[in-house]
Amino acid sequence: MPFPFLSIITFLPLIGALAILFFVRGDEEKTGKISGQVALWTSLITFVISLGIFKYFDPADTGFQLVEKYIWIPSFNIMYQKGIDGISLWFVLISTLLTPICVLSGIGGVHKRVKEFMIALLVLETMMVGMFTALDFVLFYLFFEGVLIPMFLIIGVWGGAGRIYASYKFFLYTFLGSVFMLIAIFAMVIHVGTTDMTAMMGGKFPKEMALWLWLAFFASFAVKTPMWPFHTWLPFAHVEAPTAGSVILAGVLLKMGGYGFIRISIQMLPEASAHFAPLIFGLSLVAIIYTSLVALMQTDMKKLIAYSSVAHMGFVTLGLFAMNTQGVDGAMIVMISHAFVSGALFLCVGVVYDRLHSRDIARYGGMAINMPKYAFVFMFFTLASIGLPGLSGFVGEFLSMQGAYLVNSWLAFVAGIGVILGAAYMLWLYRRLFYGPLEKADVKAMPDLNAREYAMFVPLIVLTVWLGVHPATFRDMFAPTVEKMIADYHQATGSR
Amino acid sequence: MNPEFIYSAFPEIFLAVAGMLLLLFGVFQGERMPHVVSYIGFVILLIGAVLVMQLGNITLPAVNFLHIKAECYGCDTFNHMFVRDAFARFSKLIILSGAALSLALSWPYLEYENLEKPEYPVLVIFATVGMMLMVSATDMLSLYVGLELQSLALYVLAAYRRDDAKSSEAGLKYFVLGALSSGLILYGISLIYGFAGTTNFQALAKLAFTHTVYEPGCKTACLTNALMPVQAPYFGAIIGMVFICAALAFKISAAPFHMWTPDVYEGSPTPVTAFFAAAPKFAAFALLARVLMIPFGGLMHQWVQIIVFISVASMLIGAFGGLVQSNIKRLMAYSSIANVGYALAGLAVGGAEGIQAMLIYFAIYFLNVLGVFGVILCMRRNDEPAERIDDLTGLAKTHPMLALCMVIFMFSLAGVPPLAGFFGKYFVFLAAVKAGLLPLALIGVLTSVVAAAYYLRIIKLMYFDDPKAAIDPIERRSPRAVLTFAALVMVLFVLYPAPLIDSALVAAKSITGG
Repeated sequence: MPFPFLSIITFLPLIGALAILFFVRGDEEKTGKISGQVALWTSLITFVISLGIFKYFDPADTGFQLVEKYIWIPSFNIMYQKGIDGISLWFVLISTLLTPICVLSGIGGVHKRVKEFMIALLVLETMMVGMFTALDFVLFYLFFEGVLIPMFLIIGVWGGAGRIYASYKFFLYTFLGSVFMLIAIFAMVIHVGTTDMTAMMGGKFPKEMALWLWLAFFASFAVKTPMWPFHTWLPFAHVEAPTAGSVILAGVLLKMGGYGFIRISIQMLPEASAHFAPLIFGLSLVAIIYTSLVALMQTDMKKLIAYSSVAHMGFVTLGLFAMNTQGVDGAMIVMISHAFVSGALFLCVGVVYDRLHSRDIARYGGMAINMPKYAFVFMFFTLASIGLPGLSGFVGEFLSMQGAYLVNSWLAFVAGIGVILGAAYMLWLYRRLFYGPLEKADVKAMPDLNAREYAMFVPLIVLTVWLGVHPATFRDMFAPTVEKMIADYHQATGSR
Repeated sequence: MNPEFIYSAFPEIFLAVAGMLLLLFGVFQGERMPHVVSYIGFVILLIGAVLVMQLGNITLPAVNFLHIKAECYGCDTFNHMFVRDAFARFSKLIILSGAALSLALSWPYLEYENLEKPEYPVLVIFATVGMMLMVSATDMLSLYVGLELQSLALYVLAAYRRDDAKSSEAGLKYFVLGALSSGLILYGISLIYGFAGTTNFQALAKLAFTHTVYEPGCKTACLTNALMPVQAPYFGAIIGMVFICAALAFKISAAPFHMWTPDVYEGSPTPVTAFFAAAPKFAAFALLARVLMIPFGGLMHQWVQIIVFISVASMLIGAFGGLVQSNIKRLMAYSSIANVGYALAGLAVGGAEGIQAMLIYFAIYFLNVLGVFGVILCMRRNDEPAERIDDLTGLAKTHPMLALCMVIFMFSLAGVPPLAGFFGKYFVFLAAVKAGLLPLALIGVLTSVVAAAYYLRIIKLMYFDDPKAAIDPIERRSPRAVLTFAALVMVLFVLYPAPLIDSALVAAKSITGG
């Protein structure tokens, strides 16, 4: 029996959650403190263990590695099967990295029912890691949908004023998308005769059927990514979720859609992906331009960043379906970068929200004067989000636009306008928040970043610079897998 | 007389005799210690479950004692009226555990409401015997006897709180409509008998209800006008089957025969409602499956249309009707209508896979729903049962563990993985897609999204809102034990689902012959 590395990363957080549930007792304040510590250490240990992937993972091998396979439901040929390749590796690491940061944010930002909050975060981590490492369709769907339970509670219990509407919309929207995926999974499982995902790759489905399957999966992933016009749940969910929820939502949950597009739409249904690529391009461009314009008009900080997420995910889908090395590499890097940058921006919003309990942009102003360190961090991530060369955002957007250019120069042209708009709304947001006179008394009274907040931002700053200056560290891990994927795709579709 | 009948029907005989003895005991001692009668009833049901389980084992000492031949294991007795196959065993285990758990749920309720009378456990036992007879019936007559034995006990149970207008209404409504459905089923049986000359399932299955008719051999551009022999079903037999289907659809509360369900669920005492939702519904379901698969197996093309229709209608009515309820028992009634629709989708598929999916679905559902009623029974305010949905408001603050269990049940009912309810839906819809019933599966998953809205509403009230009026602390252990058990099964099922899935397959194969 091989060492169950991935299972340990997946279920360690769950064990922590159970420990909090059963062993942490006492009065409200004490349990909150202890459960915060337990959650922090559990997630940190999980992160450290997950770094062991670098030791065991061989980037040159394009197949699935660290595979675990046990019989689960023998009569239906359903396996407990896990494994990672160069693509899913990064999503696993993003999940394990962001969870301790979210726990840190929760320790200071959540004041009621801290114990339950920590349990929900840890369960969420199990679901996320489980989903990215699943190689069996039932297992995949199990974790993909299982994410809804803790996330629904996180938005609904610890969210802002409109949390109930937001949590319902989040749950029902994504649930509706997923049930179409479930039906498509049934059709694929029946066609192939097993729930093993690796057995379904490489265009095994007749074209007519594949087109329907693709649309069913699209319903799920387009909602999750989210793509325009299926994005309407996202601004509400982001705005109302507590900071930690927003970070996970932007950092990991949105990537589930992108990961699904790679793993299922492209790898399993290549012909249909080629057929529907123009649709994806169209929707991506609309997303990039339209949501950027919408972001310009926002008066709520979180909503603005939420719309910017939709625009960034537009670059992801654009690059993915360009299906050339530059495009897919770009999409991967945009996803990784977006996890750091967007997560950090939500943490930045959380910093002032914890102090003044307002997300209204007009409520602030002139903070560069009294909070210089905070202003620096915010500026850093603003520039990273805009795509300043040397920071992570640039690499991804550049590559995915280059990939799109190879398909059609107009795609890259329109996407380029989106980059300009992105700079516009982010810089304008920054101007309104940090420059101008420092007039409001309560804004003036806000203290600068504290140690806990530094601990949240420093790792993200380091990673953002690293990814911007030396993207090869990241790319080398996934490049062979991506190359293989692209070659398989073109072989299956008969192009090139 | 051949002693094998004792062996085959031993659990039923034991339960009937024990029930009568318990009645005697209740008559003489029951007024003084009604709860003891109830405890004994619980133990009797458990022993019944053990007997059902053990009778599958040839190695039981009783086998040698009665000198029963091994090949007679599972054969039908009582002149081909009663069968003990894997399907019956599986069903009886669910029925007995449903009855036992709902009886355990009833203790504090009956005590608080001053309803502790020895009749209650006795009636539950007699109803259970009726249900066991139903699922073992292989003749229209034994079917009817079992159905009536069950129904008569249930009518009384529905009206058990006779001082309460709603309970009396529930009992009366259930009785009148139940009597109507009994009439329907009898009429159906008589039609079938008229066409087939027999009421035995196996004999009916061999007849296949077809006769030869002569139709034009070709429809267009014919050179000759020759008539070709074609096998067509008897029209009258189809009508008889439709009557039987309609009557059983009433018993399982499938739309459009569901009207009584919300009223009876609301009016009956809550533990009785829990019992209704768990055991009798499944018994009628198992009966419907056996009747459709064995005697009417040859008419599958005919009955599939009926089942698909009532399945879709139940899903739609259950999902949309539940959205506007304010009483949690009525909500659970609509939820059960929707769930019957999903289970019927498995039946519509037919074959071993469909029946297997249906059995898995119900095995999970009955425990899930018992857990929900366990939570409802724990909810009391000012010494009154709190049955409005709003009463759940803020439960997570006042009773965190109770709320956690309820969340598990609600997400499980909504079919969200990794909880057990997801697997029920998974296998049903997988079977439906496999059989080419894609529209049915699509409607199923879409209505489950609609139904998710009302399950979410309960979670919202418990977790997102602040408590208004406090719920009394829970003093009694038995509902808590039942609902904790149910919640654990819902959560842990994912770890080791194989036993249920495999035994459901064995059970399904025993009536489909696959």
